[in-house]
Amino acid sequence: MEVYASLKPLYALLVSLSAVILIGVSRKRPNLRETWTLLAALLKLAIVASMLPLILEGKVVECLLATVAPGLELRLKVDSLGLLFATTASFLWLITSVYSIGYMRALEEHAQTRYYMCFAVALFSATGLAFAANLFTLFVFYEVLTLSTYPLVAHKQTPDALKGARRYLTFLLGTSILFQLPAIIMTYFYAGTLDFSSGGILAGKAPDAIITVMFILFIAGTAKAAIMPLHSWLPAAMVAPTPVSALLHAVAVVKAGVFTVTRVVLYVFGIDLLAGLGLGVVLACLASFTIITASIIALRQDNLKARLAYSTISQLSYIILAVALLTPSGITSGIMHITIHAFGKITLFFAAGAIYVAAHKTQVSELDGIGRRMPFTMGAFTVGALSMIAVPPAAGFVSKWYLLLGAVEAHQILVIIVIITSTLLNAGYYLPIVCAAFFKEGREVPCRGDRLREAPATMVAPLVITASGVLLLFFTSNYLFNMASIVTASVTGGN
Amino acid sequence: MIKDLPVIVILIPLLGALLTLIAGRINRIFSWYLAAVSTFFSFIGVFVLVQAVWHTGRISYWLGGWEPPRGIEYVVDYLNGFVLVVISFVTFAVTIYAKKSVEQEIPPQKQPVFYTTYLLFVTGLLGVVITGDIFNLYVFLEILSLTSYGLIAMGKKREALIGSYNYLIMGSVGATFILLGIGHLYMMTGTLNMADLREILPAVSQSRVVLTAFAFFVIGLSIKIALFPLHNWLPNAYTYAPSAVSAIMAATSTKAGAYILIRVIFTVFGPAFMLSGMQMNHLFVFFAAVAILAGSIMAVAQTDIKKMLAYSSIGQIGYIVLGVGLMNLTGIMGSLLHVLNHALMKGCLFLVVGAVVYRLGITKIADFKGLGKKMPVSMAAFTVAAVSMIGVPLTVGFVSKWYLAVASLEAGMGFLIFVLMLSSLLIAVYFWRVIDNIYFQPCADVEAGHRPNSVPDPSKPKEAPVLMLVPTVVLAALCIVFGIFSALPLSIAEKAATVLLK
Repeated sequence: MEVYASLKPLYALLVSLSAVILIGVSRKRPNLRETWTLLAALLKLAIVASMLPLILEGKVVECLLATVAPGLELRLKVDSLGLLFATTASFLWLITSVYSIGYMRALEEHAQTRYYMCFAVALFSATGLAFAANLFTLFVFYEVLTLSTYPLVAHKQTPDALKGARRYLTFLLGTSILFQLPAIIMTYFYAGTLDFSSGGILAGKAPDAIITVMFILFIAGTAKAAIMPLHSWLPAAMVAPTPVSALLHAVAVVKAGVFTVTRVVLYVFGIDLLAGLGLGVVLACLASFTIITASIIALRQDNLKARLAYSTISQLSYIILAVALLTPSGITSGIMHITIHAFGKITLFFAAGAIYVAAHKTQVSELDGIGRRMPFTMGAFTVGALSMIAVPPAAGFVSKWYLLLGAVEAHQILVIIVIITSTLLNAGYYLPIVCAAFFKEGREVPCRGDRLREAPATMVAPLVITASGVLLLFFTSNYLFNMASIVTASVTGGN
Repeated sequence: MIKDLPVIVILIPLLGALLTLIAGRINRIFSWYLAAVSTFFSFIGVFVLVQAVWHTGRISYWLGGWEPPRGIEYVVDYLNGFVLVVISFVTFAVTIYAKKSVEQEIPPQKQPVFYTTYLLFVTGLLGVVITGDIFNLYVFLEILSLTSYGLIAMGKKREALIGSYNYLIMGSVGATFILLGIGHLYMMTGTLNMADLREILPAVSQSRVVLTAFAFFVIGLSIKIALFPLHNWLPNAYTYAPSAVSAIMAATSTKAGAYILIRVIFTVFGPAFMLSGMQMNHLFVFFAAVAILAGSIMAVAQTDIKKMLAYSSIGQIGYIVLGVGLMNLTGIMGSLLHVLNHALMKGCLFLVVGAVVYRLGITKIADFKGLGKKMPVSMAAFTVAAVSMIGVPLTVGFVSKWYLAVASLEAGMGFLIFVLMLSSLLIAVYFWRVIDNIYFQPCADVEAGHRPNSVPDPSKPKEAPVLMLVPTVVLAALCIVFGIFSALPLSIAEKAATVLLK
């Protein structure tokens, strides 16, 4: 693989970081402050996107930041997997920033400066995590992401919010220190390096029992992926303002978790090692259990955001399951689903936030007839829901297609059954919302007729954009497929 | 000049102490200036000295021109050069900070005496580290201990006296043990010079007398560094001492103790002695692990921030002893690095607490609510140091923990990783309570009784004065600088550890 030394990845990080300072400085002038956020998001997206051509040619962009100690290097390396995640995150940051402005101003939230600053730090760390060249760098950004999102989750500072935030922190920081860090230390001790390599770095370096222990530690230590039973922080974190839930809990934080698992599975252990030890199957079982259980719990949630949260838990495990199959199509599907699910889920959360701002409704049972008052919002919601269920022409279909293919390649009938069951369950908890919104009569007496009562335009526009993104991704899925297959080719040795 | 520096850096604070007493009679304000100037010059001296050591290796000074082993020798090598830089730098930083804090906490007529005792304390600290003679070490250790009893007793509350008295009893027992150890060694070898002892001891290493001497040293030093379960004197001493004294003691005096432990074990007795026979290093590992967990658990239970930090120190001492017990290069590097790191982190934390006491007179964690808005810079420094204590990467705390964890694996004691991580988690628990109060809890009104009279308008508490803020921020910044660029301290620590393990 051709290595191309460039400072671009560093610039992509610095853009968000300098935004933090500028936002802080202009705290007294809200318009200027929001301009910085938007400018930074735009610039970041441009820098990240400018690396696309190089990556598509199969090259890798590298840049060394600092050597903390021998063996502990802060190094950035952009490959196809990282760039896909970073592009998704920076694009959605831009959209979410617009949405945030609408949401935060409509609700006249407090501490908005802190909110935008933490948001920028969170994006800084998500990008850093995507570009991490070794486990140490990855861990650094993993922790920074946790710490920077804590103030966002605790934003309302009510006892409830603080309780949720504390659980959030306990789960994420606790597992990463107690399980992930020891696993990284053991990796360093046995493999002598922490650098990601497409064939894995642990093969033949440690006894099987130790490798199994390390694998379990890594999976348990990545609570951001919300694999059961380490998922309960996610619903608890739904106390955050909706844009936070949208970007961080559908895209940045949770995707950082599955991204970490993917990196570790493919680039630290390597598929041959895991297949040889049968650990892929273990992970697949955990993921399958999570998919089904979370879907069943989601069925019973009346709070819209809680239902979306459980749906996220289930969808994240799709990615884990896909990667755990250790087959080319499976891995491709998992990587594609990182982006596809991000667009779908952010649309759903945006819609939930818009409903809250425009109609002050949070429960599913209150949504009867709301589709007539908020046609754009609920239309976008429908597109997002269809993507979750995997109905064409929503993009969710594409990744599920490859997931099924991967299951066939791996000769795992059970996985196919799990996927079909879960698809039915997905339909079971999304379609009633859509039906009720459009076809049921609202219980409320329409006071001013059935006039349109949409949320502010700064909120509706983003959700329409992401919903069209979901559709667009279906028709342009070959680009996504190409990027994913660069990764797949490198980790499977070109097969 | 360079050859005389080992004695000069000790003479500066010693003469400073005498001058302070005299100058303080003329005008009180002179005493602080003298203290600041002497600690500054001893830092510069140490810095030059360590640079020379870096280029030429070990530097030895013969006191009065008497050739060792007959005369007293002052030696600076990588190990104590490293510790000296840490100690003299933190001392200087705390002295700058002390001005405002002492003005408020110590009655004016006692201030010259305070600074005199303070400088004698610094003399003891530097002397303990720089001397190459084991009896001279005892002398400096006594200077260090006696002055600390005095400094602690100057605390405002009555409990300071009890704390000081407690420390006096325990400290004297420890010192007596050390003296007995020295006596036994002298009996066996007829020499007091450390390098000389090292050459003679292996021949008689398995004799009962030497073993007894070792036991006396270990117990005595364990009391001095407050290794669990011999820690009882420490919490009250740190809690009720004046703010500047808590900071300097937490940052430096246990470090000096840890240095003596390392020196005695590796230079005087030698690593082979530890590993032969009873394998006493396992004992160290066990007590270190217990100390790490026990200190952290007890810290979680505290409601007073100074007490919390004191118990946290007990856990942190465990880290340093752990690396010593592991007896491998990585472990000792981790220990030495933690000497630096803990001095920076704990120094910074105590300085912030001192600033809060100065402005608001509170030490209860529950009263910290809303301080993030009132004293943003101090609280930011506190947060950085706290995060570093937890061991978040890119702060110093991470690097030393990393080295200790890798060392545990190298020593075949992988389970220790979980002890380290569990303690990180406990540290996160007790610091997060504070951070939560600082930033996310609504501002609580401080009850009137707690407030010192010097704050005229309690509704608008201000940020700490610049003179207190600068040292605090510098220490916090160093927590990050050395967290990212650990290569420099690590390279010195590596050289020191290599020499020790020979």
